[in-house]
Parts: sequence; structure tokens; C-alpha cells
Amino acid sequence: MTAYIIRRVLYSIPILLGVNILTFVLFFVVNSPDDMARMHLGMKRVTPQAVESWKQERGYDQPLLFNTSVPGFAKLTHTIFFQKSLKLFQFEFGSSDSGRDIGYDISQRMWPSLAIAVPVLLVGLLVNISFALLIAFFRATYIDFWSVVLCVVMMSISGLFYIIGGQYLVSKLLHLVPISGYDTGLNAAKFLVLPVIIGVIGGIGAGTRWYRTLFLEEINKDYVRTARAKGLSERVVLFRHVLKNALIPILTGVVVVLPLLFMGSLITESFFGIPGLGSYTIDAINSQDFAIVRAMVFLGSVLYILGLLLTDISYTMVDPRVRLS
Amino acid sequence: MSDALPLLRIRNLTTHLGSRQRPVRAVAGLDLDICQGETFALLGESGCGKSMAALSVMRLLPPSGRIVDGDILFGGSSLIDLEEREMRRLRGGRMGMIFQEPMTSLNAVLTIGDQIGEAVSLRDPGSRGKVRQRVMELLRAVGIPDPERRTNEYPHQLSGGMKQRVMIAIALAGRPELLIADEPTTALDVTIQAQVLSLLKDLQRRTGMAVLLITHDLGVVSQVADRVAVMYAGQIIEMTDRQRFFDQPTHPYSQKLFHSLPGREKQGSRLDVIKGSVPPLDQEFTRCRFLERCERAGEACTERAPVWQATGTRSGVRCLLIGQAQDADGHRAHRSPAVMQSRVTEDPPLLKVNDLRVHFPIHRGLLRRVVGYVKAVDGIDLSIYKGRTLALVGESGCGKTTAGKAILQLVKPTSGSALFGGHDLVKLRAAKLRRQRADLQIIFQDPVASMNPRMLVGDIVAEGLRAQMGEGKGAVLRERVLALLNQVGLPGDAVDRYPHEFSGGQRQRICIARALAVDPGFIVCDEPTSALDVSVQAQILNLLKDLQDQQGLSYLFITHNISVVSYLAHEVAVMYLGRIVEYGTVDEVLGAPRHPYTRALLSAVPTIDARDRREVIKLEGDMPSPANPPAGCHFHPRCPHAFERCLSHYPEPVKLSATRTVSCFVVEAERETRLQ
Amino acid sequence: MPQFVVLWTDALILLLVVLALGFARYAAGRPHLRGPWRRVVRSRVGMGTLVVLGFYLVVGLLDSVHFYPPASDDDISGQSAPGEVMSLFDSLVPELRMRRETTYSAPLATHLYAKETIELGDGTATRGFARLKFGGAHLTDPAVEKTGDLIRLSLSGLLKGVAFSLVVGNLILMFLAVRAGNSFGTQAKHVLSGRTEVPWRVVLSTLGLMFVLIFWSAELASKYHLLGTDKVGEDVFYQSLKSIRTGLVIGTLTTLVMLPVAVLLGIMAGYFRGWVDDVIQYVYTTLNSIPGVLLIAAAILMLQIYMSNHENEFNSLVERADLRLLFLCIILGITSWTGLCRLLRGEALKLREMEYVQAATAFGVGHLRIIVRHILPNVLHIVLIAVVLDFSGLVLAEAVLSYVNIGVDPTMDSWGNMINSARLEMAREPVVWWSLAAAMLFMFTLVLCANLFSDVVRDAFDPRLRDSR
Repeated sequence: MTAYIIRRVLYSIPILLGVNILTFVLFFVVNSPDDMARMHLGMKRVTPQAVESWKQERGYDQPLLFNTSVPGFAKLTHTIFFQKSLKLFQFEFGSSDSGRDIGYDISQRMWPSLAIAVPVLLVGLLVNISFALLIAFFRATYIDFWSVVLCVVMMSISGLFYIIGGQYLVSKLLHLVPISGYDTGLNAAKFLVLPVIIGVIGGIGAGTRWYRTLFLEEINKDYVRTARAKGLSERVVLFRHVLKNALIPILTGVVVVLPLLFMGSLITESFFGIPGLGSYTIDAINSQDFAIVRAMVFLGSVLYILGLLLTDISYTMVDPRVRLS
Repeated sequence: MSDALPLLRIRNLTTHLGSRQRPVRAVAGLDLDICQGETFALLGESGCGKSMAALSVMRLLPPSGRIVDGDILFGGSSLIDLEEREMRRLRGGRMGMIFQEPMTSLNAVLTIGDQIGEAVSLRDPGSRGKVRQRVMELLRAVGIPDPERRTNEYPHQLSGGMKQRVMIAIALAGRPELLIADEPTTALDVTIQAQVLSLLKDLQRRTGMAVLLITHDLGVVSQVADRVAVMYAGQIIEMTDRQRFFDQPTHPYSQKLFHSLPGREKQGSRLDVIKGSVPPLDQEFTRCRFLERCERAGEACTERAPVWQATGTRSGVRCLLIGQAQDADGHRAHRSPAVMQSRVTEDPPLLKVNDLRVHFPIHRGLLRRVVGYVKAVDGIDLSIYKGRTLALVGESGCGKTTAGKAILQLVKPTSGSALFGGHDLVKLRAAKLRRQRADLQIIFQDPVASMNPRMLVGDIVAEGLRAQMGEGKGAVLRERVLALLNQVGLPGDAVDRYPHEFSGGQRQRICIARALAVDPGFIVCDEPTSALDVSVQAQILNLLKDLQDQQGLSYLFITHNISVVSYLAHEVAVMYLGRIVEYGTVDEVLGAPRHPYTRALLSAVPTIDARDRREVIKLEGDMPSPANPPAGCHFHPRCPHAFERCLSHYPEPVKLSATRTVSCFVVEAERETRLQ
Repeated sequence: MPQFVVLWTDALILLLVVLALGFARYAAGRPHLRGPWRRVVRSRVGMGTLVVLGFYLVVGLLDSVHFYPPASDDDISGQSAPGEVMSLFDSLVPELRMRRETTYSAPLATHLYAKETIELGDGTATRGFARLKFGGAHLTDPAVEKTGDLIRLSLSGLLKGVAFSLVVGNLILMFLAVRAGNSFGTQAKHVLSGRTEVPWRVVLSTLGLMFVLIFWSAELASKYHLLGTDKVGEDVFYQSLKSIRTGLVIGTLTTLVMLPVAVLLGIMAGYFRGWVDDVIQYVYTTLNSIPGVLLIAAAILMLQIYMSNHENEFNSLVERADLRLLFLCIILGITSWTGLCRLLRGEALKLREMEYVQAATAFGVGHLRIIVRHILPNVLHIVLIAVVLDFSGLVLAEAVLSYVNIGVDPTMDSWGNMINSARLEMAREPVVWWSLAAAMLFMFTLVLCANLFSDVVRDAFDPRLRDSR
């Protein structure tokens, strides 16, 4: 087990390196730092001096890969690739193009993100599993049919509509909670209720339908027949046998996204004005702050790989058939 | 028979599957009685409705199935109108059931103890300790060693035989009066089958329960049944007690079943076959269901459906020809001119396999270092002569299939050689090997999986031709394909149809035609009949034999079915855990087996001839994993004759005659004493 | 003669149409593909949604034929600046395109939404709701006449729709009768009682409904702005219709551009295993580990910089927007092909162990041939299901991306852009709701139909779940 984990961690190094090189190529090779500078300073009538000083302030004035102007080992270290890309491996995100410390911002902003993402995930899981079990219990009846139709209708509605509609109805017409904003501590609750509810509702269609499929797949298996042949009631068969087996794909599917919860939700956070990592990313994209985007890409990759690792480990914990070797 | 009501009485049971417009009439008017304490065998080929009948009794039909008519009386009360809640109390209580596939019939995420305990606490609710005690009791009753440890294990940690024992324990939890066993041993090896059957028999003796045994295997029936009913196309066509059934089967179908069984006494002759296959059940029958396949059918048979004719209490037959004079013993197989003879010519072998090994590495640890090997094939020597058949016999997991594929280089051998036509196939380079492949062909076990469902039969058969001889002219190719189909007894219009339109036997014929297309000299037959029903098996065996006689083909026949071996093979090699333990002519090995494993294997094969009943040598436990074979002789942990030397050394093959070798210290010792 | 312009996406759409027709021909000859499609065609949901999707498709295709309007022909297109690319669809609905107000107006309104200073005839000015230039311009006193006019137009639209439906319906019935060799009466009875194999009753009623809807909206749109106008006074109904093409392009081209890569790499990884598998797995794990939105954002940002630095390389705004659309499709494809690739790898791993593949190996058939003849045909249904299932997700994704400003070009009509610009107006009092509602409605209809249709397709091609229904 330990050996397996170590091997997986080692395997993630080339992947992260790949991500790193990819972002490096995208941000520094396809477009040179000069392009970026000109972009930020306004396209027209930019003096070369202004470009140079913009680059210098942000440390983009070094060569990309190989610095001939310095001696020895520094030829490799005094480069953009080393300073801006490889430093990410030490989780040194540097400062944003507007001069703020990215690492600090991330550590501050991940909590509001989690405050929304975690309840959405947990409540959503509970709601979807309950609905799916209920539908599975009534399988092959009209309840089943119309529930599936409802699920399809719900998943055909754009997530934006849930948010805009919810904000309009609950906040603007009914004045139940503030439209947007955030506060610390318990005061945050009133800002969180609506986004969480909307997040859950938006996920019901796809989630319930998917879990229903998982349940029905299990219900048709041989061991369910054995359980019925024991004389167990349908309820016990469903809860003890079917649910336990179907939970394996459900749980491992959840585990893979667990680390990514830190990243927050782009849309929800920006609509509700929640200062999480999602809105951080959006702001960065809109203000074309590449340092932040780069940092978030790297962070996202790390979290994704962590998710994969956790998934494998969780398999061994919930599924007795799987042994890591 | 007493007048008391039997334990289970089924009257006119009719079960339909699928749509109401065009239902599949899986069970069409079934009548049977099962008395307390007896074993009632329901015998039939696949798709004849026997499993559906059993599920109807348990009321566990799949969602598409329904009982449309008839009555089921259990202990005097009707099950048809019973409330589901009442039915649940019966299910797993007075009626238990075990299924064919022990691998999938247990819940993979619950421990053995939980799954048995669940059934126990439903019947004997009590404290945890009490339930646990009863679980232990049940595990011991079904012969699971070390039950304390086993209760906490999960199904995947158990072998197939053990899982079936657990299934039996679950069924026993409610102290059933009736146990329905649906093909309980079909998925198991013969030595394990023998264990499970004797366990069932033993339990029945102790508890006095009745058993409804559903099977397709005449051997199993003869071993355990008291009473037999033969099912064909949804109906019982013959019912009688075992003795009568095996001495004097009445229905033409039953008679044919016996005649189509391969066996030693039929060596050198053609097997009697039942032509065609079971008719589809989505039609109304107005004539005899067996009509198209019956050789004795007369005018009357085409006019009406036969009714049940009682020939005694609880016995009868459904045939219009009963009472009419019949040919003595039906059609005896015609002798074919080619009579088996022992090898006379001293030709060099067509294919010579030397010390062939296939080891699959096991990686472990941080650097995925190779920490060991699964020695699937661990040094085998074989010689196959022109026009002859070598049977490679063994239980599942012994490496026989891997050996066959390794010879054809479909699996890369680790070492050793396979000399064919002056070349060592193992060392042949890719391009040359590709050309050589025309001489070496293979026929697989599963005729469904061995044909691409997306290709026309014509293209499937022509695939080898195209690969070996280039595209060629369309017309010439088609001509050749038609000739091949004709050769294996298929109509020419098969060319433009898809595999799924054919029955299992026909598909296997297509596979044979495909192999023959490139005119091979040697064919590996990997269990080509084990997925087929007995009546169809005979057709394929006849075909293979004819082809050998006509074209001088050599076969490596991989199988676990001893009766097929004794019918078809000239030489036999018995494999255990990747090595050959006994090798010789068919008469030597099957007539007088010397290796303890061969002896146990042969004794475990159920025979249909009651007079020929041997003492079954019961082997303890299961075959060990080839990743971690026991030290010394691989067989010693299960061997009744093992002594110290067997624990540390693997026995070298002992040559007993010009054609026979055995790897066993006991045999070696015996020979030495004889020589002295 | 108009001068045709073939934009990149136009060409790819053409390619897609050709491929689809080719596939249909291929499938027609193969029962394992024909069978499931027949099941689709026999499903009521399948046919109903297919008809609706058909209308979307027609609009999208018409909108994909681009040309410069002939210079001589400028009687009405006085405003149309020379060099502005038009589509066939534009030329079919000139009124919708040309009648531009100054700013917001509500659906079917006759006056602007906001008060402004109106110069009266006598030179004095007053603040009030100005009359629209086109919406309801034929009315002299809207306050009195408008309701009556709307009812009259609606009725005439409905009548025309019903009449047209009847004509088309009868033509189809006649065709069916001739093909089946029935008399017209019996065929009609069969169809209307729902006894035909293909659910023609559903087809005909959906068609009828769509025709009535189209004629009704056409009648109203000829005199009013059916769904109002947006900030710059453009007709929202026109925008919604134009957005159809964008949605369809994103939904289809995205999968098309990456499909060959996904199929090829997936099969190769599963079939060859070993180092080939390792490399391919590495590539898709790496790509997959980058959060999709961020990868898209990064790529689009880079594209923006590139485009603003090389402005003079594009002939027109339309071309530039089109290239961005194509690029978006590609980058979306890059983030979404990994799922299919992994699926196919798993399938190929299974298939390579199938006995018919081993039999082919035993004949000395080469790898390429085995892949083409044995593996590919047996994974085709998975590819098909994936393509159909992906469609609706991509249409929805476009809206979200445009909201983050990393979607299609802001000058391009798309539901995402409509929603994006509308959400800023949600704070107004009273709310400007029509852009949002129109975009949501059009998008919802398309996605719902696509979802229902893909369900039918999946059930038809994947027998695993069929029995449990």
C-alpha cells in the first residue's frame, strides 16, 4: 500500500511537469512577454521603455530557457521557465501581475469556496441518492418514467438560469436573503443559503438520473436474486445489498472531486459575490492576470492528481475485491 | 406410493417471458410431484425452460416473466395466490434455492458470515452470538474448513467450490424441506463437482429434505437422482425413476440423448446425433415439439400434439409412438471404416513441443520489480503425429489453454521450442511466422465470442484466405467459401448472413470452416464442445472426426471432458498446475491410470452406467494457485499417497512403456520394486 | 451572382453533413447499426424530438451558407455596408435583420422601453417613450389599435399555419399510402390511430405544431419585434435564431475535430498496450489534470492577444469571429476528448482478448487490418453514443464560457452572449427580461430535445439497460 502510494506520487511528477511545460508554452512561447506587456499597457502607442519596465517589475525580463548573461548554474535558474514555472513545484506562486501575493490570496480565499462547495456536495449527494433509491424502488412504473423525464428536463436547463432565476425570485421578489455578498463567521450563513440550495437543485437532474442507472444495473445482478431467495424483503434487498454495491462507484466518483472543491465554483461565486477561489479565477481571467491563471492551472492539476490517488485508495477501503499492488 | 399429498405438486404450470403479443412460452403445462426426501432431477438442454420452472416455484421470475396458468401446491397450500409477504416467509424458509453461478450469486461487498447470518436471523431471530453460532454450525455442515476465519472473508477470497458451499449454507439456514438446485455444479470442475454432489447427498440424508435438481448432465442425474423428468421445449416428455430411465429410456429424445454421448466404447465409430436444434418457443405448437428432430416420427406425429401417457404411478411419457415396435435399441451408430489403431508408423511427429514454458511476471513494490511468476505452463513436452489427436486434459486453471495458445504463438512462450515442419515456431520471425500460420489453426470454446458479430459469415470464413493468399478474385474466393460451408454441413446462403442468426452448433461449424479455409495440417481445438448441448456436441465431434479421416488433420484437443477424450483422442496428456503428470495412449491412461491425480480425476467423472459405478476418490481442497505452487510435487497437498519425498522434490517423468510416462514417486517406487 | 464565402466552420459543417450522409449509407448496409436506428425511428420520443431538432438543423444549415450580397442589389440594403457577409438565412428574413431600433423595447411593444427626449414636430422637446421605428409602425394609435391588431395577426398566422400543416400532412400521408400500397383512407386511419411502425402520428402532430408556431411568429414578427429588442435595438428574435448556428457548431464540431484523435489513440492504447499505452495514458492524464475552464481560458486569452496583435490578417469581423469559434471548438475538444479516449481504451483492451481477434492473429492478419475490421466496428456504437451525449453538454457549456468572456466572440450571436449581456440589466427596474428569456427558451428546447433524443439513441445502441426499463 505504502509502496503503491509512493509510486503514484512519483508518477504524478512527470504529469505535473507536463502541465508545467504546457502552460509555459501557452503563456510564454505562443505569446512573448512583450505581447503581454503591450496588452496590459494598452495596444497603441506603447514605448519600448514602458514595456521593458513593465516586464522588469514583474520579472519577465529574463530569457525563457537559457540565460547567457549570467555565469554557471544560474544560466538555467535565471530564466522565466525556472522562476515562473518550476517554482510552482515548491508552491511558490509568486505575485500577481498587479503585485499581490498569490499564495496569500489563495490561502484566504479557499475558505469561502469550501463553505459553498462542501455543503453543495454533501446535501446534493444525500438528495440525489434518496431520490434515485425511491425511483429504483418504483422501477418500471409511471413514477419511474415521469421522474426520469423530470430529471431530463431539469438537466436541460442551463445552470445560469437556476442562478439568475433563483436570485430574482428569492432575493429580489421575496427579499428572503441578500442577492450577493459575503461575511465572516456565522453571518455568512445568510449569504450561503441560496447558492447552496441552487447548487443542489442544479445538480439534481443529472445526479439522480445517473444514480438511478447505477441502482438499476445492480438490481439486475445475480446476488440480488440470491438475496430475494433468502426471503428478504424488497426494502432490505435495496438498502443492504443494492445500495452497498452501488455506493462503490458513487463514493469513488465523489472522492475524485473532493480536492477540487478547493477550487470553488466559477459561476456561483461570481454571481453571488463570494470571495472564493472561483471568483478569484474569473477576476484574473477578466483582468488578464496571467500569473494567477498560471498558478490556478498548476493548483488545479495538483488537486486533480490528488483526487485520482484518493480515488484509488478509497476503492481499497470500500471494495473488498480491490487490492493495490 | 402413498396417497398423501406430495411435498410439491405442480399442475399445468405455464410461464411466459417477454412481450404479451409474442410471448416466449418457456414453460408450457408442466406437471410434476416431488415427495419428501427424494431427489427429483429435471433434465434438459439449455433453453428448454427448466430454470424458468424452478424460478416459477420460488416466484422469483425476472421482470419480464409471469405465470399465466397452473397451480403450485407446496405442502398442500397453493403458492400462486399467496401474498408476497407470506411467500417471502416460505422462500429461504421451507424452500431454499441455489444457483448455477456461485461467482456472481454472492454479494461481493458483504462477508460470508453476514450473508449467511442474514438468512439465519430471518428464521431464528436471536442475539448476535446465537446467530454466529448457527452460522458456524452451517459452515461446518457444508464442509468449509476453518469456519471461524472464513466467516470474516469476502466471496472473492473463496474458490468456486467453496462459494457454492456457502450458497448451500445460506439455503440450509431456513432448514428447508425442499432445496431447488439449479445446475449447482455446472460451473465447477469435475473433482469439485464430485465434492459438492456428495455433500448434497449427505445433507439430504441427514435432514431429510427433498431436492429438485436441475441439470443437463446425464452423469449427474445418474449419480444423485431418485426420479427423473426430461424436459424438452417447455414440456416434460418423460418421467420415471432413475433405474428405469437409465435401463430403458422410452421417449425417442431420451434414447437419442444416450446414443449421442461420446464414450470409449464408441471409439472409431460415428456418434448418433439428433439433427437440428430445439425449436424456438415463441410459437404455438400444434404438433409434436420433437417432430423435426425425430427419426421415428410418423404420420400421426404431424397431426396432433402428443398428450401425456401414464406408464405407472408418477411416470409417463409424451409421445405418440409409445407401444409401437421400435428398432432394436434405436439406431446403432454405423461403424466407420477407419478403425482406431495404435501408432504403427514411426514417422517423426508433425509437431514437437519441448520444454515449453509460459511464465507471466508478477510485479510488485515501488519499482514494479518482478517478484515472481505465474507459471501457467511450466515445461511441457508433447508430440503430435499426423492424422492423430492428442488430448490435453485438466481442470480449469491448469494451464492447458495457455499451452495451446503458446504453441500457436498467440501467447509468447517464455522458453522452450515448438518444432513444426522443420522450423521452431518460437524463434520464427514475424513475417515468416505469419506465412507459417496457415498450417496451424485454432477453434475456440465459445462460438459466440470467436466470431466478429459485425462481419458476414462469408467474410469471416474468407478472412484467413484473404490474409494468407491476398485478396484474390471475388468469385474464386466466394466459390471456395461456399465449398467450405458445404463441407461443414451448412447451406450456401449462410454466406450473406450474420453469426447471430445461427445456433451454437452451427456457429461452431462456421468456426471450423474458417479454420479449414487455409488448409491447415494441425488444429488446436480449445474445448470446442463444452459450450454446446450434448445432442449438438455429437454433431461437432462427428464432423471433427470425419475431417481427420478425410484430410489427415492432427488435433491438439484441449478439454476437461473425459468422455470426449475417450471417444476422440489417440493420446492423452494430463495436466496439473502447468505440468504434465501423465502422458500416454488413450487406452493406457484412461484404462489404467497410474498417477494419483489422473485416478482421482477419472473417478470423479460421473458415469451414466450404474453397474460401472466406481468408488469416487475424493480430492480434498482446491487446486493451488499457479503463482505459488506447492514445493515438491505440486499435487502432494491433495494426494492420498504422498510421502516425505513428495514434499521436497518434483518427480521426474518415469517411462512406463514406449508411449507412456508418469511423474510420480509412488509409481517410480512401484516400478523399481517390480524390476527388482 | 452573389459571391460565396466559405468560412472555416462552414466548410467543416459541410464536411460533417457529408460524413453523416456517408455514415447513413454505411449503416444502412449493416444490420447491427440499422437495427438500433430502426428502434430509434420507432420510438415516439425519438421521432418527436427528431422533428424539432430538424427545424433547428435547417436554420443552422441555412445560416451556414455565406456570401457577399451582390453589389447591384441594394434597393433595401442601403444600410448594408459593402463587404458585410450575409448568410442564406439572413437573406430569407431581411425584415428581422434590418429593422433596428435605437435601444431596448419590450416584446411586441410599440414604444421604446426607456424615456428619452423626443423632438416634436414644432421644434420643442419633451421627455417620453418614443414610438419605435418599425415595431407596430403601421398603427396610427397603438393604444387603441394594438390589441386588435395582435389578435388579427395571430389568427391569420395560426390559420396559415394550420392550412400549411394540413397540406404537408396530407402530402406525407399520400406518400405513405403509395409506399404501403394502401388506399389513402386506410393509411390515414392507420396513422391517426397510431398503428404504424414508425410513429407517424407523433411526427405529423409535431410537424403541425412547429408549422403553426412558425407561421404565427412570422406573422407577428413581420410587424412587431416578437421578442423585443436589445440594448442597441437589434431584434432579439433574430438574435435567438442566429444563435442556433453557434450552438449547433459548438455541439457538433467540437466532437468532430477531436473524434479522430480520441478514437485512434484510445484504440491504439488498448490494442497495443505496453509503452504505446503508457505514452497515450500520460498524454491524456496530463491534459485531463488541467481544469478544463482554465485551459480554455488560457488558450482563449492567448488567442485574443494573438488576434489583437495581428488584426490586419483578418478580412472581416465575421471571419475573425468565425476563427475564434473554430478555435473554441478545438480547445473544447482538447479538454473533452479524454473521456471518450479512456472509454475506447478500456473497450479495446477487452476486445483484443476476444477470441475472434485471436483467430485473426492466428491467420496472420496484420494489426492495422485487425483494428479496422475487428476493433473499430465493435466500438462504433460507443463513439456514436458519446457524440450524441456530448452535444447537449457542449451547448450548455457555451453559455457558461461566454459568461466568463472566454466563449465565442462578443460580436457573434450566441445564447451565451445574450445571457451575458442581459444579466447586467437584471438590476433595472422594471426588469429587462426578454433577452434572457428568449435565450433560455431557445437553448432549453434544443438541449431538452437533444437529451431526450440521446436517451433514445443510447437505449437503442446499448442493450445493457434496455431490459431493466
